[in-house]
Amino acid sequence: MEPTLFERVQQGLGLPAAAMSLSHGVLAIEVGAADVLPIATRLATEMTFDLLLDVTAVDWPDRPARFDVVYHFYSTAHAARVRVKTRVAEASPVVDSLISLYGSAHFMERECHDMYGIVFRGNPDLRPLLLYEGFVGHPLRKDYPKEREQPLVPYRK
Amino acid sequence: MSTRTIPIRAATGAPSQAFEYLSTKKDELVGWARKFSLFPYPFVTACCAMEFMAVSSTPYDTDRFGAALPRFSPRQSDLLMVVGTISHKQAPVLLKVYEQMCEPKWVMAFGACATSGGFYQNYGAVAGIDKIIPVDIYVPGCPPRPETVIDAIMKLQDSIGRAHHPIVTADF
Repeated sequence: MEPTLFERVQQGLGLPAAAMSLSHGVLAIEVGAADVLPIATRLATEMTFDLLLDVTAVDWPDRPARFDVVYHFYSTAHAARVRVKTRVAEASPVVDSLISLYGSAHFMERECHDMYGIVFRGNPDLRPLLLYEGFVGHPLRKDYPKEREQPLVPYRK
Repeated sequence: MSTRTIPIRAATGAPSQAFEYLSTKKDELVGWARKFSLFPYPFVTACCAMEFMAVSSTPYDTDRFGAALPRFSPRQSDLLMVVGTISHKQAPVLLKVYEQMCEPKWVMAFGACATSGGFYQNYGAVAGIDKIIPVDIYVPGCPPRPETVIDAIMKLQDSIGRAHHPIVTADF
């Protein structure tokens, strides 16, 4: 029987089986922060995953490595998705940027930096995208108070 | 506007039923003119826009109330309709648009978000545009029914008609 795309990805990346699982039809891969760029490079260049759909993060306040950084890749040739997750700590929330592989990484990494404060090493332009200059903190972190406002114009009396 | 026709006797002595003149107050005259020539500036940011389109076009038709012709320049308009959620990032734009409008000017907060922030309480949304600019009339609803908007326009017209207008001076 012809191996499925997921089996080929699994074999091609050479990762332990425990690092991969099938979740709702998406192959989910957990890797270390340093492995994101090499794995994304292989997904993009060897395995036809030509679209970067999303870069986001998940905040787990009680965990030592507080943030999951989550990438979604899509293969237009095979109509298949792969999710790559990695963990970073609050003290140094740094992962490598994917702008060398995907142009769409520019804006999505900016947004993720806005909302969670993840630093993408190699992205030269991490200015606020949805937020504004002068905004303090990262609003989608769980410890950002939901009622805290940072107005740009003074309120009327 | 209170009107009163006074029959005037023609030179022949026969009473005339013609509409000869009417008496009013200067404030009422100016108010009457102003309330039927509202030029709205739609500051449209969110889903309430769909309801705004419904109320301004054929079946409901705000044209019937003299508040029809949207002007997309704040300098040509006198009713600022804030339709939708205003975010903190957008607040300076709204304030600038308001400040560019010439007097006399009125503001309508269209829908729950413009009125109070609606269901948003977070880092992004302004909890009601009256924190930034003065509001003359609030329209409830998420989104408001066209009838609610028309009612608001009529109530606003009422208050314009009854207001004192600063251009009415002793020399007016």
